[in-house]
Amino acid sequence: MILFLEQLLNGLQYGVMLFLLAAGLTLIFGIMGVINLAHGSLYMIGAYAGTLAAMQTGSFWLGVPVALIAAALTGLVVEAVVIRRLYARDHLDQVLATFGLILFFNQSIILLFGRQPMFTQLPELFSGAVEVIPGLPYPSYRLFIIAVGLLVALGLYLIINRTRIGMLVRAGSTNREMVRALGVDIRLLYTLVFGLGALLAGLAGFLAGPVLAVQVGMGEQILLSTFVVVVIGGVGSIKGAFVAGISLGVIDTMLRAFLPGLLRQVMNGPEADALGVGISSMGIYLLMALVLLVRPKGLFAAGS
Amino acid sequence: MNRRILAAVLLVILAALPFIAQATGQSALLSLASRILIYGMAAASLNFVLGYGGMVSFGHAAFFGIGGYVVGVLYHHADTETLFWGFIPGTTQMLITLPAAILVSGAFAAIIGALSLRTGGVQFIMITLAFAQMLFFLFVSLKTYGGEDGIIVRRTNELPFLNTRDRAVMYWVVLAITVAFALGLRRLTKSSFGTVISGIRQNERRMAALGIPAYRYKLFAFILSGMGAGLAGALMVNVLRFASPDMMHWTKSGELMIMVILGGVGTLVGPFLGAAALLSLESVLASWSEHWPLAMGLILLVVVLGTKGGLMALVTRLTGGRK
Repeated sequence: MILFLEQLLNGLQYGVMLFLLAAGLTLIFGIMGVINLAHGSLYMIGAYAGTLAAMQTGSFWLGVPVALIAAALTGLVVEAVVIRRLYARDHLDQVLATFGLILFFNQSIILLFGRQPMFTQLPELFSGAVEVIPGLPYPSYRLFIIAVGLLVALGLYLIINRTRIGMLVRAGSTNREMVRALGVDIRLLYTLVFGLGALLAGLAGFLAGPVLAVQVGMGEQILLSTFVVVVIGGVGSIKGAFVAGISLGVIDTMLRAFLPGLLRQVMNGPEADALGVGISSMGIYLLMALVLLVRPKGLFAAGS
Repeated sequence: MNRRILAAVLLVILAALPFIAQATGQSALLSLASRILIYGMAAASLNFVLGYGGMVSFGHAAFFGIGGYVVGVLYHHADTETLFWGFIPGTTQMLITLPAAILVSGAFAAIIGALSLRTGGVQFIMITLAFAQMLFFLFVSLKTYGGEDGIIVRRTNELPFLNTRDRAVMYWVVLAITVAFALGLRRLTKSSFGTVISGIRQNERRMAALGIPAYRYKLFAFILSGMGAGLAGALMVNVLRFASPDMMHWTKSGELMIMVILGGVGTLVGPFLGAAALLSLESVLASWSEHWPLAMGLILLVVVLGTKGGLMALVTRLTGGRK
């Protein structure tokens, strides 16, 4: 029971990370119609910038603004130089161009910082563990990530549903042409949305630093899962990204934690482990295929 | 007429390549050429659904890998003298392994296509990717067949009367199959079936109104395309003597897509040109610096943002001819 609860929290923490990335991606996808494979690179840049700043200054909290600013700035430059030319192109060109961006960013990071992974120091405030229920001490930093994720979700909900910008965003993900026809400066909106997405990706990257290693390729590891979240949740829907992100995080973590053990009862050890890991890696993709077969547009697709 | 002469000259050069490689002492040239031809076939298969049919599959490496694994698994069982699923013996005869690879990858394409084609657009891209990832992780977890490390195929598949262990002979086999493949593909795209597929890309609803069952046509095209990629994968394992899950990794699907787009979407020669450009560029850049992906990324960006229609459009513009 305690193990189950611990894994549930781990899943929640992973799900929140997925949500932070997927929220930006689903907006970019839904409003601008751009498949941005380089979203993982923004996540990586946030992680590197924040971690470096934290290491130089010795303060975790100074890393946060640096990560956010670095990711957002990179995002704005990428949008202005590359993405802006891709709006009118088909998905193929977008995939190819952003794939080129991934190569470029990954190799630049290797050139600048080498292949060695970096680790961030935990902030002092959250370096200990909290006893969630009696008998289960849980790292407070992970609880902090969960809290931040939930706060961001709440903030996004308020922005999307209560502000004028949010109204335009919602309108944009439902019918792009109509918004443009009504005289909205769609270009500014696009830039804002892309910057916001980059900001969230940078935040996720920096927060992930102490839990995972900060290294080249960290973006691509999580990128595919993020795309799965976006597609399951429905392109353009923040609510979908939230529901799908949390559920996938929990399901993925649970499968990884418990499936090998279950299989070991019917097979012998190493083979059960290998198969368990394989099947749990397949889990989220299987889920996506099933969801798409039942609801081809995803769970909460906008404009359908 | 002009293009025929060009094709003939190219074919002669390609056929004479083993001698050229030997004379100039560039032994790496042969393996590069084999890889270009094989990837060209895989990319051309992808191009048939992507360029002609308008179905953007992001999971074609799956079929490439399946084809490769058919050769690898059959070799494994022939080597250990065991039975696959308890009744299929292994073999190293190419006349059996290649058709088997084509059939098996076709069967997988039928299943994946039948499910994926119910969606469209971005969802189609993602669901094909999902299926490819599932297969990738499946093969990673199969310890019998080497798991992550894959299968080392110590002996290339045999052909009657030919010594396929000789690299030059294997190259000629690949070249012959590529030529046959390209001719077949050309016929296919010009056939009424190919025309219907193009029509569906342009306007599916109109084709449906003409009484054409679009779903069935698309599925059939998808299966054919999967078969082509499977054939390429099977040859690749024969040339590299190695089959691994990396063959189905999503970056491999991406690479195939890059070849298609780089060369020219919806053209016959484009994917081969794209494969040649990408692989040669990769080997040239890699010999200069270990940081070649940096340059590669920039080149991709420039190609996508600066040109439309890929290398084929450039060639057409340079020769001044029509497509």
